[in-house]
Amino acid sequence: MKRLLIAGLMMFGLLAGPTLGEGVYPDIPKATGAPHPEGNEFWRTNHMYLLKHDRDLTVHEGDRDVQASIAECVTCHAVNGPDAKPVSIASDQHFCRVCHDYAAVKIDCFQCHNSLPQELGKAALIFKEPESPTMDVLLAYLQEVSQ
Amino acid sequence: MKIPGMNTGACGGGCNSAPDEKGADMHRRSFLKSGAALASVTLAPGVTLMAMGSGAAANANPDVRWGLLIDANKCSEDCNACVTACSDEHGWENTGAPTDPQWIRKVTLKNRSTGYTTTLPLMCQHCENPPCVDVCPTGASFKRVDGIVLVDRHRCIGCRYCMMACPFKARSFVHEPVTGQKVTTPRGIGTVEGCNMCVHKIDRGDGTTACVEACQKTGSGAMVFGDLNDPESEISKALANYPSVELRADLGLNLGVRYQNI
Repeated sequence: MKRLLIAGLMMFGLLAGPTLGEGVYPDIPKATGAPHPEGNEFWRTNHMYLLKHDRDLTVHEGDRDVQASIAECVTCHAVNGPDAKPVSIASDQHFCRVCHDYAAVKIDCFQCHNSLPQELGKAALIFKEPESPTMDVLLAYLQEVSQ
Repeated sequence: MKIPGMNTGACGGGCNSAPDEKGADMHRRSFLKSGAALASVTLAPGVTLMAMGSGAAANANPDVRWGLLIDANKCSEDCNACVTACSDEHGWENTGAPTDPQWIRKVTLKNRSTGYTTTLPLMCQHCENPPCVDVCPTGASFKRVDGIVLVDRHRCIGCRYCMMACPFKARSFVHEPVTGQKVTTPRGIGTVEGCNMCVHKIDRGDGTTACVEACQKTGSGAMVFGDLNDPESEISKALANYPSVELRADLGLNLGVRYQNI
């Protein structure tokens, strides 16, 4: 009986494993606007470093012409709720929360920053596509750091 | 894997004395430690210079010192335009509760012997030697190269030492969760805040602040904004030609905000 049970469980594991896994893995919402030239994988891995770096540039040096601006993140990556309006960080449909809930990483960015897409106007600049050589340098640098 | 300082500096003497069987684990720990240090220390200059450095960006200019000149004679007691403008610009609201934010407030002074009253707006005075920066344990309170004293909310732990240190009661603490912040003024619970001299407007090149704009719109023209380092600026000329004072001059803080006729 015990053996049967174990065999049954194993069968269930084999059959249901992948589907369960797919169901649990976050369904990352699509963004509007031009895709990241560096690719999504790069940003998934490094967004925190880029945001951290650029926030210091902006706050301390007054450089607002930065690549990783949280206001632009939430604008391009806005997710509409059932009422066709963008959801805030209070909703688990919010772009940032989809992955962060999955990874169980609590972020406090939105205690101060607005999580809704904004009329950026003159406040932020248009997303700039970085030139390719500088991107190579950046990638090489991150690789060096992670080695 | 070669990370400088991994064998010596990263975890003091502790790593060297680790026995062999723990070697792999300690190795990993020291790697993580030194890796983190590397990322935070060296990532910044690497990325700044190579990827995002843009000569066209309007960075804070070290040759400039931004300041305000306020003429109390031209400031009427029933006018609150500067306070309203600041509140609108930065998205804070003061309903009169004792814990509400006060980036700028109207103060009325009364000469007890004559009864003569003066009214003036009071905000962060943007000291050259700011006591709030001296006492800040995390480096959150800092002075930008152009003389603007700011709170870096990313680093603020809400200890409120700066509020104690400030002779002008210029800072306030955010007690409640905040939503719907302006994109140019992120602010939130657990951090200290105060007048930032509309640093986003300065960075975008507006050359004025919300309060000064509002004051000029009312026609009273009690407030002037400008570069204290530029002898040709309106504010420098006014300071050179007419008497002015800084509040609590005895403290020797060299304030960026000056007053006339008080």
